[in-house]
Amino acid sequence: MSATTLDPAAAKSVARRRERWSSSRTYISAAIILIWCLLPFYWMIVTAFRDVGYTFDPTPWFTHVTWDNFTTVFSESLGNHFAQNLLNSLIVATVTTAVALLFGVFAAYALARLEFRFKFLVLGFVLGASMFPGVAIVTPLFQLFTNIGWFGTYQALIIPNISFVLPLTVYTLTSFFREMPWELEEAARIDGCTQGEAFRKVIMPLAAPAVFTTAILAFIGAWNEFLIASQLSSEATKTVTVAIAYFAGSQPHQEPYTAVMAAGTVVTIPLVILVLVFQRKIVAGLTAGAVK
Amino acid sequence: MSMQAEPLTRRGKKGTGAGPENKEVGQDRKQKTQGRAAALLIIPSMIVLGIVIVYPVIEAIVMSLQKDAGLDPVTGTFVAGGFAGFYNYIHWILQQCNTPNGQASCPAGTLGSQFWSATGTTFLLTVVSVALETVIGFWMAIIMSRTFRGRGALRAAVLVPWAIPTAVTAKLWFFIFAFDGIANTLFHTSILWTGSEVPARSAIIIADVWKTTPFMALLILAGLQMIPDQVYEAAKVDGATAWQRFRLITLPLVKPALMVAILFRTLDALRMYDLPAIMTGGANGTTTLSILVVNQIRVGFNSAAALSTITFLIIFIVAFIFVRFLGANAVESATNSGKAK
Repeated sequence: MSATTLDPAAAKSVARRRERWSSSRTYISAAIILIWCLLPFYWMIVTAFRDVGYTFDPTPWFTHVTWDNFTTVFSESLGNHFAQNLLNSLIVATVTTAVALLFGVFAAYALARLEFRFKFLVLGFVLGASMFPGVAIVTPLFQLFTNIGWFGTYQALIIPNISFVLPLTVYTLTSFFREMPWELEEAARIDGCTQGEAFRKVIMPLAAPAVFTTAILAFIGAWNEFLIASQLSSEATKTVTVAIAYFAGSQPHQEPYTAVMAAGTVVTIPLVILVLVFQRKIVAGLTAGAVK
Repeated sequence: MSMQAEPLTRRGKKGTGAGPENKEVGQDRKQKTQGRAAALLIIPSMIVLGIVIVYPVIEAIVMSLQKDAGLDPVTGTFVAGGFAGFYNYIHWILQQCNTPNGQASCPAGTLGSQFWSATGTTFLLTVVSVALETVIGFWMAIIMSRTFRGRGALRAAVLVPWAIPTAVTAKLWFFIFAFDGIANTLFHTSILWTGSEVPARSAIIIADVWKTTPFMALLILAGLQMIPDQVYEAAKVDGATAWQRFRLITLPLVKPALMVAILFRTLDALRMYDLPAIMTGGANGTTTLSILVVNQIRVGFNSAAALSTITFLIIFIVAFIFVRFLGANAVESATNSGKAK
């Protein structure tokens, strides 16, 4: 409308100015989001490297830098067994992920590729299971594991973890498998591949990224679990999330903020690196199924 | 050629030709073998889920109908438990306790007196958090859907709060909200954040919003990306304002994805445990249903089982309302997409 009343040059300059304004508004909003998401994380790292005496120093950059907090975190003499806690988390999360993938891959293949009755029911059950409240199974399992002497074992943590990691695995993999170009398998057969060759040379390379992404999501889920671990772990099998929640510092009767931030940094940095490297895949995995 | 051939064979259903009929029989057989293969592939997972979910749930229901072993308040003797009917459920819902003077309201401060306040807290935290997450998440998604330099970096950055374990998030915000912490310093306030009801709940909500808004934003973003650009361009040509485009195009088209995101987050928030357990320990009006269950486990398994069953039912009812009345159907969208392909 306005373009007809203005000469073309003026109209162009108005449009350009409006575009520049809207793009600078986008950049301002993006900056706000960036700061909101990263600032608390940055603050954790700054505090992790700060001398205990300057715990509440509000200086926004690195000052009074020290490794002491990390020494405290791993200090056995203070009653912290953080290396053991890390190992426990690693064992629990790895085994949970492996078991969930082992079963989940087959179920997801069937749900994505085959036609059968009760498909709707199975999917509904899987989704319902992933939204299941952890407390509902902790109570009976607490009693059961105490009775059969499993309390404080790894399986006492792995089994309940599977209850929410397996549904997540099945659901995510199903959505991934649906998107895959399965026609290629048939094409490979026509071109002279045996079924085994077609699976190895065509399907495996196609499915591997989906399985890998799902493994990352499952691992992060199991690694971050707190409720089950806080109830069903003993001193020997305590995972990092529980250890961080009930941490002992260098001074008694004082909340060991800097040491806790250091512990948080140790636990979080590997995850953050993982997430940044595989960002695209993780976003695809998180949103798979919920939208398409 | 092949495009035409397919409908022909389909139409051949009622035809007398031998070819199409054979094909029908073949498809039937295929369906049957597929069903068998599907069963073989799915049953192992179902058995595992049966062991880790269905069995504990049934066990919890059985336990919830038993009396907790303990001292009888009237006689002072040890009672071994036994069948209790719905006593445990009545205990929670009516907040009635066994006292030396018979059944009476549970004394203030005991776990038995906290069911309705815990339910209220759980719903309050859920509604406020999810509402904030939806609004902020939508805004984040709109920004992330625009094309600009550094968009990839922004999408990576929003994953950082999501990846941090909730236990670490809780400790981080506990430190930020400490009395001498950065929040009070920055805003020149001296609030005891975890010391009373409103600040404690606010602190938990802020931590929850920080941690989970990215998940919401990414789900909404995926929904936004399904809308073709041409629709917006056509609306622009027709003279629709930015607000009209948002209200009449973006909202209705993104609604299915949005509802699924809200459903997921709501069910997740209703079982909230980590943040309040670590930040406040459930003090000052931050005891959620999950915290109440965990506190009860130490006192008596069976009434804890009853409470966890009630919690499960509440979440189930909320999920049902979402799916039935608000059209948030994750299963439907998953199966439909399978059919469309």
